[in-house]
Amino acid sequence: MDRDPRWLPEMVVTDECFDATGVAELLQPIVDRHRREPERLLQILLEAQGVLGYLPRTALTAIADAVELPRARVEGVAGFYSFLHLQPVGRYRILFSDNVTDRMLGSVELMDRLCNRLWIERGKVSEDGLVSVDTTSCTGMCDQGPALLVNGQPLTRISAERIDRISELARAQVPMTDWPREWFVVADNVRRRDVLLASGWSAGDAMRAAVARGRERLLDEMKRSNLRGRGGAGFTTHTKWESARRAPCRDPQGSRYVVCNADEGEPGTFKDRVLLASHADLVFDGMSVAAFAIGAEKGLLYLRGEYAWLLPALNGNLMRRRQNGLLGVAVCGQSDWKFDIDIHLGAGAYVCGEETALLESLEGRRGVPRIRPPYPAQQGYRDQPTVVNNVETLCKAALIALRGGAWFAGLGSKQSTGTKLLSIAGDVESPGVYEYPFGVSINQVLNDCGAGNAQAVQVGGPSGNCLATHEFTRRIAFEDVPTAGAFTVFGAHRDMFEVARNFAHFFAHESCGFCTPCRVGTTLVANCMDKIANGNGSQYDISEIFRIHRLLHAASHCGLGQTACNPLFDTLNKFRPAYERRLRSLDFAPAFDLDQALSVARQMTGRDDPAAHFSRAAGFQRADP
Amino acid sequence: MNPPVGQRKLRLATTSLAGCFGCHMSLLDIDERLFELLDRVDLDRSPLTDIKRCGPCDIGLIEGGICNAENVHVLREFRQQCKVLIALGACAVNGGLPAQRNHLDLGQCLQEVYRTGPGIVGGQVPNDPELPLPLNQVHPVHEIVRIDYFIPGCPPSGDAIWKFLTDLLDGRTPRLGHPLLHFD
Repeated sequence: MDRDPRWLPEMVVTDECFDATGVAELLQPIVDRHRREPERLLQILLEAQGVLGYLPRTALTAIADAVELPRARVEGVAGFYSFLHLQPVGRYRILFSDNVTDRMLGSVELMDRLCNRLWIERGKVSEDGLVSVDTTSCTGMCDQGPALLVNGQPLTRISAERIDRISELARAQVPMTDWPREWFVVADNVRRRDVLLASGWSAGDAMRAAVARGRERLLDEMKRSNLRGRGGAGFTTHTKWESARRAPCRDPQGSRYVVCNADEGEPGTFKDRVLLASHADLVFDGMSVAAFAIGAEKGLLYLRGEYAWLLPALNGNLMRRRQNGLLGVAVCGQSDWKFDIDIHLGAGAYVCGEETALLESLEGRRGVPRIRPPYPAQQGYRDQPTVVNNVETLCKAALIALRGGAWFAGLGSKQSTGTKLLSIAGDVESPGVYEYPFGVSINQVLNDCGAGNAQAVQVGGPSGNCLATHEFTRRIAFEDVPTAGAFTVFGAHRDMFEVARNFAHFFAHESCGFCTPCRVGTTLVANCMDKIANGNGSQYDISEIFRIHRLLHAASHCGLGQTACNPLFDTLNKFRPAYERRLRSLDFAPAFDLDQALSVARQMTGRDDPAAHFSRAAGFQRADP
Repeated sequence: MNPPVGQRKLRLATTSLAGCFGCHMSLLDIDERLFELLDRVDLDRSPLTDIKRCGPCDIGLIEGGICNAENVHVLREFRQQCKVLIALGACAVNGGLPAQRNHLDLGQCLQEVYRTGPGIVGGQVPNDPELPLPLNQVHPVHEIVRIDYFIPGCPPSGDAIWKFLTDLLDGRTPRLGHPLLHFD
């Protein structure tokens, strides 16, 4: 990820540069460090790519041999994740975040500018193999965009001047360590602190409190708190923990697992990034408390590939915790408490935020969601009872261990206790992270963040709800408007059709391809939106969108497909004129220029008579009777 | 004024565009039920009647995709004249076999077939205005006009076509269901 271009060959790299024996020797330390475990395949591939620049065929073969998996399995995994490359990429790999908030801040023009300055085409590597420029799904910097990643390192607040400097530095092959440090600054932008963000607990406090309460009373407190998952679905955390604790283990060692879902992929969400950057101890405390409650000895944090830059600090934190007796054997001085945490990196796949896809990815496979039930609490990681919780949920669990369930239940609303972190971005004066007790109204939030003339708010990201002004009295809570945390504001001057089109392309790109309704349907919808955008749409295409929405909702394998059309459905209901003004007044129009479709034949035959053309004006009549 | 639907016979038109007439053969496979069909509908333009231009119809069946200008004209005529237009069979639904040419360049194809292929001397690409020009790519019919129903299959079986048409004539939303519609 953070490879240094100085160490890589000056020439253009191809598969021919990597002979089988050499590559196998080069990769040996990596596969050995991962004990040649097939479950570490994704981590091995990521590290191999870090050394080689991309994954040539010989590397896939060497890795397949080392972990004793079929070559096709390895290639299947390598082909699934968008941050793994089977073709050479530039030594400087520049990825623009393509969330709608980045676009609103001018990312499309900035990318064109960079491509022009570097004389390259988007998505292609420059001829000298030096640099490539492309887009990637939201990188979680919506409050400080437009943002991009260069070899995995985030650059925020990109401006035209910075683009010009970046092109110069890349062309001059200046190592990224010598680029201006201020470009890489990622601000927390915490704007409103409540019980979580204002807490000043130190590492291990929550764990000691949990030990003092004992397992049974801790679970009682969790039950009393009525804490619900913060990842979006809102399942009761206590129920999940209790069932993982009681579920029978299938292996003789009786292993249970705690998994922290830090695959914050929902576009517009970045609160977990802030928690991991500035409150990591609370996250790890929460994982440890969960482990104490269910009797797990192993914790896994699944960190999205876009946040790989957080990895060194997080690993440093884990080392510190091991030294301070908060991880390892005899945790917190309890001779019978053994627990450690490992961090796994994702590699650019939104679907891995779905808990069972995440487990597949943790086990080194393609991130394809499993069929539920069995739920992870019964059969999760390695088919063992596993608690999968969101980063924020685990922080809340740590707070509950410290201050008790009744205290927590006193915050928020009846069905939605406690507070919620909102990632606010878009047309507001102060974008950033806001912590509110559940039950806060949309209007209140809009006031606080300085949204002057909002016409819409997308709550919970593309898969959530799009609210129009008449709904701004509604409240953030599971009883009313549930959310995983994204809160994207659109001012009156924004075109809601283009917002929905961006989301449609996002889902088409992120569909894992496993089930046909989602794989095909998300692309059909994106094509429909492009057709309308190009001025070739009709009412027929709008009814087609509704039809596919129903189909995806009913027939998709997982939540991605089921929710993929939500933003279109919402905007079609609430901002229909934004669609209608683009339609042609015809009953139906093709998505392409029919007359142009005869161009090659006209050229080859030299014909230009009336029958060699379609006349648009002639409508249904033959040009040549 | 026309008598209300249900008291008059419906008019049915069919055509084969970039197809192989296999779907029409399958239509003939309804065998003796053809008599029942003809009790309930009058045929307009169709290979079975040899009527050349389509008049006002209730139902149009399109076999085959769209590979040339002539196909476009016929399809537009059907859309204009038929209340309900149905894509019949794999080629109409997806482009089918003729769409296999879509990954080839049309110009190079014509060049090789008429000019540079083995044994050709002084050849040229036919340019008689009577001949319809081929489109750059073959398209399924729904990319050119609005289509109301799709009957998949290569070809759909006579039973599937019969079920679909009788559903339509009886006023039910056509529904093939298993085993008339299956993918393996």
